[in-house]
Amino acid sequence: MNRYLLIESREPAESASVVEHYELAGELAKRGNDVSLFLVQNGVLPVRQGALADALAKATARGVKLFADEFSLRERGIEAPFAAGAKPEPIDFVVERMLDGTKVIWH
Amino acid sequence: MTQTLTFLLMDPPYENARTTTALRLVDAAIRKGCNVNVFAYEGAVYLPFAKQQPHANAVHGSDAAQEDHPNPKDWIAALTAAAQSKGLKLDWVNCGLCVDERGAAECIPSVRRGSPADFLKFVDASANTLVIPTR
Repeated sequence: MNRYLLIESREPAESASVVEHYELAGELAKRGNDVSLFLVQNGVLPVRQGALADALAKATARGVKLFADEFSLRERGIEAPFAAGAKPEPIDFVVERMLDGTKVIWH
Repeated sequence: MTQTLTFLLMDPPYENARTTTALRLVDAAIRKGCNVNVFAYEGAVYLPFAKQQPHANAVHGSDAAQEDHPNPKDWIAALTAAAQSKGLKLDWVNCGLCVDERGAAECIPSVRRGSPADFLKFVDASANTLVIPTR
């Protein structure tokens, strides 16, 4: 089992490749890997209540752990409760995952 | 033992939130006691360009001092100083070919010139590497 951290900096309305990135996370988790998805910049927009978070929810249903950069949330006025079970984390979260040897991919 | 993390940046300054996020990551790594390598590729070689100048803003009715416009070269200098204050190192390498193409040789003193081979050395010597590409 490998550990993956996929970082998503865009929202689904910006590019079709964003949903493909969610699907990649879901597929890696389905194959037994430990997968986290960290949303940053406009990537946090789908966790706003009322946003279309279905694609994110599909990934979490497959076992992907979902996190959102708390600074990006605050900048955009997005407050709890968050859609798809996203958990806010500081940017330090990415550094911690890098230090524990997780494979980190930016999109 | 002090661990080292490497980041590869490609975006020029003033254009994308990726630059801010990348520098936030460098800051977080230094705060956590890591040495940090940065390989600046393509437009990112302009991030530590020494001739960046703060400017006034006529729309806001403010002069340069009031506007207090931050420049990436100052952030990089501050991150370098923060690393040094902790006994750590921020080793920032600008891709030399990218610098020459862009006429961006005048960088702040802590930055050195290198080549993609330096990126390979960084990767080999680091606990982990994150590439933040343009799109």
